[in-house]
Amino acid sequence: MTKQVQQLDRVIIRFAGDSGDGMQLTGDRFTAGTAEFGNDLSTLPNFPAEIRAPAGTLPGVSSFQLHFADHDILTPGDAPNVLVAMNPAALKANLGDLPRGADIIANTDEFTKRNLQKVGYDANPLEDGSLAEWRLHAVPLTSLTVKALEGFDISKKDAERAKNMFALGLLSWLYHRPTEQTIAFLEQKFAKKPDIAKANIAAFQSGWNYGETTESFSVSYEVKPAQLAPGLYRNISGNQALAYGLVAASVQAKLPLFLGSYPITPASDILHELSKHKRFGVRTFQAEDEIAGVGAALGAAFGGALGVTTTSGPGVALKAETVGLAVTTELPLVIVDVQRAGPSTGMPTKTEQTDLLMAMFGRNGESPVPIVAPMSPSDCFDAAIEAARIAVKYRTPVMLLSDGYLANGSEPWRLPEISELPDISQEFTTAPNGEDGRFLPFKRDEETLARPWAIPGTPGLEHRIGGIEKADGTGNISYDPNNHDLMVRLRAAKIAGIDVPDLEVDDPDGDARVLVLGWGSTYGPIAAAARRIRREGGKVAHAHLRHLNPLPANTGEVLKHYDKVLLPEINLGQLALLLRARYLVDIISYNRVRGLPFKAEELAGVIQDVIDSD
Amino acid sequence: MTELVNGKGLSLIPKTDAKQSLKDFKSDQEVRWCPGCGDYAILAAVQSFLPELGLRRENIVFVSGIGCSSRFPYYLNTYGFHSIHGRAPAIATGLAASRPDLSVWVVTGDGDALSIGGNHLIHALRRNVNLNILLFNNRIYGLTKGQYSPTSEVGKITKSTPMGSLDKPFNPISLAIGAEATFVARTLDSDRKHLQSVLREATAHRGTSLVEIYQNCNIFNDNAFEPMKDPDVRDDITLRLEHGQPIVSASKAVVRGANGGIQVVPRSEASEQDILVHDAHNPDPSVAFALSRLDEPAFEHVPVGIFRQVDRPAYDVLMAEQLDQAVERQGPGDLSELLMGGDTWRIG
Repeated sequence: MTKQVQQLDRVIIRFAGDSGDGMQLTGDRFTAGTAEFGNDLSTLPNFPAEIRAPAGTLPGVSSFQLHFADHDILTPGDAPNVLVAMNPAALKANLGDLPRGADIIANTDEFTKRNLQKVGYDANPLEDGSLAEWRLHAVPLTSLTVKALEGFDISKKDAERAKNMFALGLLSWLYHRPTEQTIAFLEQKFAKKPDIAKANIAAFQSGWNYGETTESFSVSYEVKPAQLAPGLYRNISGNQALAYGLVAASVQAKLPLFLGSYPITPASDILHELSKHKRFGVRTFQAEDEIAGVGAALGAAFGGALGVTTTSGPGVALKAETVGLAVTTELPLVIVDVQRAGPSTGMPTKTEQTDLLMAMFGRNGESPVPIVAPMSPSDCFDAAIEAARIAVKYRTPVMLLSDGYLANGSEPWRLPEISELPDISQEFTTAPNGEDGRFLPFKRDEETLARPWAIPGTPGLEHRIGGIEKADGTGNISYDPNNHDLMVRLRAAKIAGIDVPDLEVDDPDGDARVLVLGWGSTYGPIAAAARRIRREGGKVAHAHLRHLNPLPANTGEVLKHYDKVLLPEINLGQLALLLRARYLVDIISYNRVRGLPFKAEELAGVIQDVIDSD
Repeated sequence: MTELVNGKGLSLIPKTDAKQSLKDFKSDQEVRWCPGCGDYAILAAVQSFLPELGLRRENIVFVSGIGCSSRFPYYLNTYGFHSIHGRAPAIATGLAASRPDLSVWVVTGDGDALSIGGNHLIHALRRNVNLNILLFNNRIYGLTKGQYSPTSEVGKITKSTPMGSLDKPFNPISLAIGAEATFVARTLDSDRKHLQSVLREATAHRGTSLVEIYQNCNIFNDNAFEPMKDPDVRDDITLRLEHGQPIVSASKAVVRGANGGIQVVPRSEASEQDILVHDAHNPDPSVAFALSRLDEPAFEHVPVGIFRQVDRPAYDVLMAEQLDQAVERQGPGDLSELLMGGDTWRIG
């Protein structure tokens, strides 16, 4: 029997299971196949902070959502079309997000009385008719896998563990994904355990064949490749892009990279990634604490390195004093804050935009720091280079505000030509700049107000810097009131004068009266929401801030051009507070702080309400 | 033991042929410690010692934290970084780990190094970062005007402890040995000759050298170390630690104790063969640790000199080796290759 093939323009799949079920790996491999096939895609992993929460419980559910399409897309999607539920907990935790009519593929083997009780099901939802409004495919994934692997020289436990590959095979058949890459991946991953490799490949192929033969699936789906801009692509997550951006910044600045860091979710992967790139001269230093991480980076910067520290909110709090020292000693430094839900420990694996005001003001004294925020996973690459550019050119610490959503989410990235990357190098000072051959470490460049960067080892420029207020020019300790006032203003003027590109507005017709403004990782959902409005004939303009300090020079002008400005943020209105104070413009805030990114549909509704209101 | 003291600690640092003098190392800044402070003597000792090293001045960096002693870098005409409270070892670690061509010094005090910055100190020691750490121990907080410090004796009456302090003090030497330090020494601000001899060994040591310097704060804790300076008793209470030499003072000797430890006995009662001979290079730190406990609880006899001096690769060298190995194995970094490292596909 030839099965029917249905054409779709986009699909959202969510793989959900126990933390130990390998859902992140399954999602990653499906993503790789999808990327290779040429769809545009966007992913959203969602996992508990616990490494192995008790098996089969709701807190232990881990999921991976993938949105892929035959056109360019901006978000991992609002609501899944397909849920793969490896156990009752996965079903229960995710059913609420599933629209009526969506497909559910459930692993019946795990729907035992005990597992059902664990999550509070009195009856088996696969049998009691409660899922009648969805298309349920009840598949005994575990037993089918074990059966398929009979005769392999592996334990029953290992056979059962391969069920995620069976599921991946089934989904790969269902959506016509290429298989070669996954097979090659499994061969490589289990190179030292060939029996396990063969078993996983067999499970994967059995899953595919099951789809082909079983009557449970009568239709398969095709999503044509997307028409993306020509170029060479790869799939990349925000943390990986950020790490690559830092390596690229080091190359483009002609400075060795020194990373001082302390492990913290969700930033640790940047440390892991950079530690692999020692052949670029990258030194990674896992410090004894957050303070030592930034301290070592600052010490390395004093010695002429591109000093970087990576962390999340609680770590930024600990680093604050050292960042202040970098402000006053005017040394280049990049502080990466992969924001997560707070306050305090909060929800480490969940996303938020709540560190903006801490980045802006979280130090003693007048201590302005430039802030750059990437807009998408791949933009983390460019944003890292931009942060380093500002740091090196202006001799200042720079905050780079990523977040958990960008860090773990992924999307196709058109690789830049290396020749297109900006040259961000600056010369070290090697000759005296004062009268009589004296060196004045705080005599500033007239245009940028940056001070000279003279590193140890440079003869004749021996000098001392420190946290005590310095006399203009000489840098000697000074308690002179007027000098302090001058230095405070000079440091502020230096940051305010940083060359930042103008804010661009996306308004296809040019006559929208409502502007929706965003910053950082909300770019995807806001842009997708704006498209929805426009598809329905509505008019809305979208502008997105990548530089939060200083703001683009035309920001006030853009804001005042519109009747209404809507600002969605995953906080309680932090950017809105800054903009209202600075430009005296009323701003309509939309705030949700759920640890999750906005959904496009949700924002489209909010935008429509603003358009409709007088 | 020449391999430990042959100047290997300075081998990666550029030398100068120019003749240097004390004057070359004085900055133009007015020294602003209280008159009579022990810091003056230490500064003068360091300034007159540095020319002896023959290093290029621009390759010397002094890093400090916060406290009276931490003003030190301002008075030396080298590169200097007066940082924030407790963090000097962390900042110096980043500098020394990335610049093996620098002679990096940390100047710190008992509050700075052992209280607010205790964590950074112990980790610098275990890593064996190439630093010379000068710990000025005056057993009091000076810059904040006289509170007890983590090395103050129990019962110390200060502004913050009017009924006496309750905390058991740290012994910096014991702490350093416990933290896997490779070079640990103690000296005295007023004994320039001894101080400079210890500095000589400390700079020759590649890795972290911790030098505790007893330093008098004549304002808030005057005469804290007076017995060690008093001509009538100092020779009796000072136990000189010299590698390969018996550990004795004028009237006392260190011998093996009955319980496996060591003890101090009148020199007249100890036969020559019973007196402990100092072995600073012993890989086992237990005797060095036992020596560090001899001044407890009272100030009856105090070992000074180098407690421990063992060879272990320095952190910067190990780090640089990994970078070299990576280049050997994979070739130098190529950005284009890095970006294309994953699964790629072409459109158009």
